[in-house]
Amino acid sequence: MRFVDEYREPELVTRAAEEIRRLADPGRHYRLMEVCGGHTHAIYRFGLKDILPENIELIHGPGCPVCVLPMGRIDDGLAIGERENVIFAAFGDMMRVPGARGSPLERKASGMDVRIVYSPTDALKLARMHPDRHVMFFAIGFETTAPSTALTLKRARDEGITNFSVFCNHVTIIPAIRAILDSPDMRIDAFIGPGHVSTVIGCRPYEWIARVEGRPIVVSGFEPVDMLQSIVMLLRQLRSGTATVENQYTRVVPWEGNRAALAAMAEVFELRPFFEWRGLGFISQSALRIRDAYAAWDAERVFAIPGVRVTDPKAAQCGEVLKGVLKPHQCKLFGRECTPERPVGALMVSSEGSCAAYYNYEHRKTAAARVAQPVGA
Amino acid sequence: MAHGAGGKASRRLIDGLFVPLLYGATPPALGDAAFVDVGGGRVALTTDSFVVTPLEFPGGSIGELAVNGTVNDLAVAGASAVALVVSFVLEAGLRSAVLEREVRAMAGAARRAGVAIVGGDTKVVEHGKADQMYIATTGVGRRIPGLELGADRVRPGDRILVSGPIGDHGITILLARGELDLEACLRSDTRSVLPFVLALADAVPAGIRWMRDPTRGGVATTLNELALDSGVAIQLHEDRLPVRPEVRGACELLGLDPLHIANEGQFLAVVAPACADAALAALRAVPGGEGASLIGEIREAPAAAVLVTTGYGGTRIVDMLVGDPLPRIC
Repeated sequence: MRFVDEYREPELVTRAAEEIRRLADPGRHYRLMEVCGGHTHAIYRFGLKDILPENIELIHGPGCPVCVLPMGRIDDGLAIGERENVIFAAFGDMMRVPGARGSPLERKASGMDVRIVYSPTDALKLARMHPDRHVMFFAIGFETTAPSTALTLKRARDEGITNFSVFCNHVTIIPAIRAILDSPDMRIDAFIGPGHVSTVIGCRPYEWIARVEGRPIVVSGFEPVDMLQSIVMLLRQLRSGTATVENQYTRVVPWEGNRAALAAMAEVFELRPFFEWRGLGFISQSALRIRDAYAAWDAERVFAIPGVRVTDPKAAQCGEVLKGVLKPHQCKLFGRECTPERPVGALMVSSEGSCAAYYNYEHRKTAAARVAQPVGA
Repeated sequence: MAHGAGGKASRRLIDGLFVPLLYGATPPALGDAAFVDVGGGRVALTTDSFVVTPLEFPGGSIGELAVNGTVNDLAVAGASAVALVVSFVLEAGLRSAVLEREVRAMAGAARRAGVAIVGGDTKVVEHGKADQMYIATTGVGRRIPGLELGADRVRPGDRILVSGPIGDHGITILLARGELDLEACLRSDTRSVLPFVLALADAVPAGIRWMRDPTRGGVATTLNELALDSGVAIQLHEDRLPVRPEVRGACELLGLDPLHIANEGQFLAVVAPACADAALAALRAVPGGEGASLIGEIREAPAAAVLVTTGYGGTRIVDMLVGDPLPRIC
């Protein structure tokens, strides 16, 4: 497969891994955060941890949109879906996320009209196909998916489609990184910057991380060669004591971002004063809402929503895992009460969530190794 | 309900409800078919019901699936199908042309598989109470001489064989639903695997330890079941998995794993290490078996797990499918 296989070439992977081993100071422990859930998934899927030296610790960041969504928002969305005549449309990613009274998939089984769509325009297509029903699209995602929601809303307005609305849960990446850096229990040496988000926002918005916070950041692609190369670039910076923004993913990410996508977002969305993130709490100016000009398509204004606030299950330590303070398997519920099949926290739902990724790809391997180790070792 | 998707929930339903209530206290070995004594002879017996949208798709249709699925369940249990009976559940309003097309498809598939359809039943339910048509088939088969199969016969060192490219059926169905703006030249792999099983039984009868067709839940789920049943570890090599570029491409785009995608015309076999090459050659010699491949081996540890080694030595655990495979977008 072109554009994929050349970035999975075993020889290139081996060479990059050797370079990492050469650059990493054995006397030092490196804590690198991959911001994006797609990176977390790739790390486990390709078994990258097995080929990195032990003193390079990868910490999974907040960049999985499903995982950071508070449960109350899911219940609010489902409350709209419960109304007569409403079709609840969302990405497959959302379908197993538990609300207080079940996930969208479970609600579908008990009769709610829930549809999986692959793009917001497919939800708009549903609205055209069912003029007598109302289609509500449950929008999630960072700047990666926000432009397509914006373009869909513009199209709905242009075509005068009135039986369509968006329940907007779009969030922005920069405030989340800031919250991580501001967190007192956080020690991160450098960042593997998000790839897909950066295709839209470019690399400039990260400059403060290097300049003010003194942390190197490399925007990275998602294939094994990409990720290892990004780690090489970070280690070079750490070794020389510099901190800059670098772009490893140049084949996709333009330094200035995508102006057309940014313009569409700016036309349709504005910043919310604050928004709740699961595990990170309320973060100011961290999410998008629909502008007044599009109020007729804003599900939060079309419908009265209950505004549900649900505290996360007490025993679940999603927040600590999300901030990288705990590893997934260190959570009290991990693998027992909380599994991909019966998730308690959202990190266990999305395959980009660090708990699900860890569970699916890693934990039995680790469990076996633990059993194999003699007591007291 | 996730219980039909062939993954963990199905397994829980079988172990937790069906076996204790329907069979009794001692759980039987769960295979694709059961062997029962009838008048002094041992007969293989299996049943399966078929529900698919759309009814017709590139490479096949529900009628063909209904015949091949049951023939294959018998084949991988080590039996050649002798006769089938069929039940139709039809939604009122189904066009008679559609029914006729599917019955013709069944007749063709039965002829190709060398099995007789000897009886059946039809029920019509109200419009809206079923999705067009459902077909259930039950088959009896004759044991293939020389085969001794079972998860308990699998040993560390054994090799794992797959009869051809994986994921064709599941991805074909996904694309045929037309919900994705994706197109590919793909066809369902639905076919009888009996000729391949017979070739294998002929070449290395004593070397075959276990066989199974990786339908719903894909290769990953089937091998996880083997790992659980036998307590062994299963090590696969990613670069040896036969996956067509179209299937790989669709999986990359949708965030799916080909190992979780359904197949309807392939099977997995565990063979003794000394017979592995002969078994592979035997499969490849059958027309349609050119894509057969040795994809991994049985290990002792970690117990009851399936691992995949990537091309550069990293490993990952591959679990059973949980629910239906859902595409990742955001």
